Amino acid sequence: MSSDDLGVVAALNDPVRRAVYEYVISQGREVGRNEAAEAAGVQRTLAAFHLDKLVEAGLLEAGFKRLGEKTGPGSGRPAKVYRRAPGEWQVSVPARDYRTLALVLAEAVDLLGGDERAEEAARRAGGRLAERVEPGEELEETLRRRGYEPYEEEGRLRLRNCPFHVLAEQHPLLVCSMNLSLCQGLLEGLGQDPARARLDPRPGECCVSLSINNEN
Amino acid sequence: MHLAQLNVAHLRAPLDSPELADFVDLLEPINELSDAAPGFVWRLKAGDDPRETVDHDYGDHLVINFSVWASREELWNFVYRSAHLPVLQRRREWFLRVAEPYSVMWWIPEGYIPSLAEGMERLELLRREGPTPEAFTFKDFYDAPAGVSASGGSPGAGSVAASLPAAAEVRK
Repeated sequence: MSSDDLGVVAALNDPVRRAVYEYVISQGREVGRNEAAEAAGVQRTLAAFHLDKLVEAGLLEAGFKRLGEKTGPGSGRPAKVYRRAPGEWQVSVPARDYRTLALVLAEAVDLLGGDERAEEAARRAGGRLAERVEPGEELEETLRRRGYEPYEEEGRLRLRNCPFHVLAEQHPLLVCSMNLSLCQGLLEGLGQDPARARLDPRPGECCVSLSINNEN
Repeated sequence: MHLAQLNVAHLRAPLDSPELADFVDLLEPINELSDAAPGFVWRLKAGDDPRETVDHDYGDHLVINFSVWASREELWNFVYRSAHLPVLQRRREWFLRVAEPYSVMWWIPEGYIPSLAEGMERLELLRREGPTPEAFTFKDFYDAPAGVSASGGSPGAGSVAASLPAAAEVRK
């Protein structure tokens, strides 16, 4: 753990700031100050203060954009907008480093040509995750708890965040296939159709999407 | 600078065999996806038929794909973040696993169309010497030579991006 990471994460230690942050990242697009204030239920100036603190910490990025329909003279100055910054911060006490070892193991799987075995193992791991899910919990909530940041779009649950991002950048074929298997194993363990999950990648998001209902 | 990429895949069975039927059927939709992808610049084509694979003299068991892209990120997004990924996931059904590198990238001047022979030489170079600025891979990537700016994202991609100095530095 680097001390910088701790400082960045500590910037979230304020209920309003955290609410503002959570709102911005849940939108997957640029968010203006008014909108963030409304979502967090605070005054615009307070929301702006926290948004700028989040930019200072490196958790959000700011830019300027013309909001609304009007263009040309009279449309006013572009508004300051915010969105999630790239990068990730990890805090573990005491220090733990699973990422480095996971990268080494992924490389070993690649070298051994063991991707099919890895997918089988991921499917079993998904099944074990299902055993720990509270009975009656919505699938969307389960995925949210796993860090996938699910949202609905056109009849599917899409996943805004890849919980395995660094690994997926280094070993996309292996990690995306394992992630799909993990999701399918989870569905299976929950007594649902594993075919609800399929590879459906999009730039900047998780590689898997799920049908909303068990039926389709 | 633009990014050239050559892929060489070793067929399990002849292209006209039933084992390869699914792959051949996927050529048209995937080629259309590639040609319409953000950052796509050029692709070596056999002819006007999008279902044909590139004609070459390196052996009938090899399927070659050779293309040019505006940036690493755009090529990455096509390969791993589009409908191309599920097809790639099925590669073992159609192609043999090979121990040596089967894919190579290198930077070229914008507007330059590399020859297939040059691409095969780059692949040989990668196989012989490992990743270098002249022949590299996604995993061991080299940025475009200093002094010449690499193209970023396609124009107009993301309204905020242009006004964010940090966005230009987002690069793995």
